[in-house]
Amino acid sequence: MSRNPENREQFRPADHPHEHFLLTTVVGSYPKPKWLNRAGDLAEDPDSKFTEAHLREAHDDACRVITHEHERAGLDTVVDGEMRRNEMVEFFAHRIEGYEFNGPVKVWGHNYFDKPSVADAVEYDEPWLVDEFEFTAGVASKPVKVPITGPYTLANWSFNEAYDSEEELAYDLADLVNTEVERLVEAGARYVQIDEPALATTPDDHAIVGECLERIVADVPEEVRIGLHVCYGDYSRIYPELNDFPIDEFDVELCNGGYEQVDVFTEPAFEPDLALGVVDAHTAEVEPVEEIKGNILWGLEIVPPEKLTVSPDCGLKLLPREIAYGKMENMVKAAREVEAALDAGEIDLEKSPATAD
Amino acid sequence: MTELVATTPGLFPLPDWAKDRLSDLKGHQKGDLISGDESAEIVEAYDDARAEVIGDQRAAGLDRIVEGQLRWDDMLAHPLAVHENVETGGIVRYYDNNNFYRDPRVTGELDFSGDVAAELEAAAALLGDGTSAASSDGSDDFGATGTLQAVLPGPYSLSDLATDEYYGDEAEFLGAVADFLAGEVESFPEHETLFLLEPSLVENPPGGDLDARASEAVDAVAAATDADVVVHTYWGALEEKVYAHLMDADVEAIGFDLVAGDRDQSLYNVNEYGTKDEVALGLADGQNTLVESPETIRERVEWTLDQVPATEFDRAYVTTNTETFYLPVNRHKEKLAALAEAASVTEVEA
Repeated sequence: MSRNPENREQFRPADHPHEHFLLTTVVGSYPKPKWLNRAGDLAEDPDSKFTEAHLREAHDDACRVITHEHERAGLDTVVDGEMRRNEMVEFFAHRIEGYEFNGPVKVWGHNYFDKPSVADAVEYDEPWLVDEFEFTAGVASKPVKVPITGPYTLANWSFNEAYDSEEELAYDLADLVNTEVERLVEAGARYVQIDEPALATTPDDHAIVGECLERIVADVPEEVRIGLHVCYGDYSRIYPELNDFPIDEFDVELCNGGYEQVDVFTEPAFEPDLALGVVDAHTAEVEPVEEIKGNILWGLEIVPPEKLTVSPDCGLKLLPREIAYGKMENMVKAAREVEAALDAGEIDLEKSPATAD
Repeated sequence: MTELVATTPGLFPLPDWAKDRLSDLKGHQKGDLISGDESAEIVEAYDDARAEVIGDQRAAGLDRIVEGQLRWDDMLAHPLAVHENVETGGIVRYYDNNNFYRDPRVTGELDFSGDVAAELEAAAALLGDGTSAASSDGSDDFGATGTLQAVLPGPYSLSDLATDEYYGDEAEFLGAVADFLAGEVESFPEHETLFLLEPSLVENPPGGDLDARASEAVDAVAAATDADVVVHTYWGALEEKVYAHLMDADVEAIGFDLVAGDRDQSLYNVNEYGTKDEVALGLADGQNTLVESPETIRERVEWTLDQVPATEFDRAYVTTNTETFYLPVNRHKEKLAALAEAASVTEVEA
């Protein structure tokens, strides 16, 4: 069953203007400044005087800029835009003992992915994200959310040479994610999001993801908010099973699909908090505030306002940077306007099945 | 005595330099993929890459050499994706994999294209002139000389991967796809073997009377060549009824996935409904970087042949279960070498 969604109150800003509080956040990734990509190329060029130390400095600068960009957009919780990460599986595989890399493989067309191989039992070596978190928390004035690629996706998007089954590999990886989450919590993290996009492609494995989550949250204090992000799937295949997942919040993209799947989540009642995608991560136009307000209302069909978080559908990294910023800014404005309307009693929650009980 | 023939189902990974060069030349978006009218620079890059993968296969010692289908951005859907009466739609998932292709929407008659024949002509020219096909490690010691194997999607799989907006009837569309493939095969240069890849027979088995039609469609394509035709199936075992119908097709061999598939079901089908005089055994995993040793592959060959006591096959094709574009290039090449070595003692007692 879901954990302790009440832990969301700790993210309400001291000067929050409304009684109602729709927690605003992002999924994680954000367009990299062009100069950062250039810096990465230079660091790889043996003829360049640009060193790894210079690249670290560039990463720090980028994290600072993007974290502040998130704050400027008005978000209640921020991320560094994953400036230090190249790809969601590769980044972690480089930090986990047992993984090796053999070269790029095709995803589609000329889009490739350095799909790693699990050649030996996976083990925890160095911390994955603690330095990144401490840096971001040090420059942020808002609480920092930490996205981590989930063990099921880490297993499913790797070659498995060492384990009898992908399930066993996923459970071993879940134990490592648990270690990392504990270290992040020690470092002060209070909001962790587990990203499991692979669940959308193999929804029949929801029980494996559930068991992974049990391992991840073992001994993690209740005040730590644990989210699960899944995107681009047929959710009828994992609902209502996801009500049994030990999470505080389920983050889902529904904007891209025009909210056609809202009904999936209304019966039986949705148990964790809902983090609803209210702007599309795959259209390069900034949605107007009024349109986003309408999207937020879809969330109230599923949960009452005190259980609703608003977020973009997915990571924004594929968008032009000014579009990504515009989406966040309008999303926050829309959330604040919906809160004001809720405070004023202008939104009829009685219509909503979510509050019928 | 069963002759062992080392081969692959084609659809190879691009050499890494070609991944870089072609993504620079072509771009990364849907509209940038192969359409059949590439620029001279792109054609040249593919020519170089083709020569390399043919050299690699000869260096490994494979008995059948494939063109590699390096241009097939849309994997098995390629022959339709480049057809002039087909529009490419959205990006859709390729079977159960984390790979995607453009949905080919057939909007007109599937008449002759010649796209695949042109690739095979280029491959045949390289095979005829061993000096022009240098392997990626520079080796020109080709010990064995393999012969050309053509590879196409089987008619059922190709129709399953496409969207019909012209024929309007499932059976008619399947027949049109089969006739189209047969026309392509007729224009192929001389080839010793034709692999027809039919994963959809496993993944999305034809129901109703379509299973008989799927077999007739295979027959129509097979009739267009004098080469040995292998209908290769993968990602599982065929349903009993689908297998029984496929046995009616006039082909030399049926291929089985003995890595990912339900081996017991495949062996049941073979022992219950018989099989062809030849067989293709998918015994090395085309989707995992763990490289099977030649000894392991050899043991799997012998084990499998032992499970079919009533039949002594004239020939067994020893292959990966699936296409190998899923693999990084180094592992793909190691798998080719292991297959060739496993089959190098060319006959086994069944």
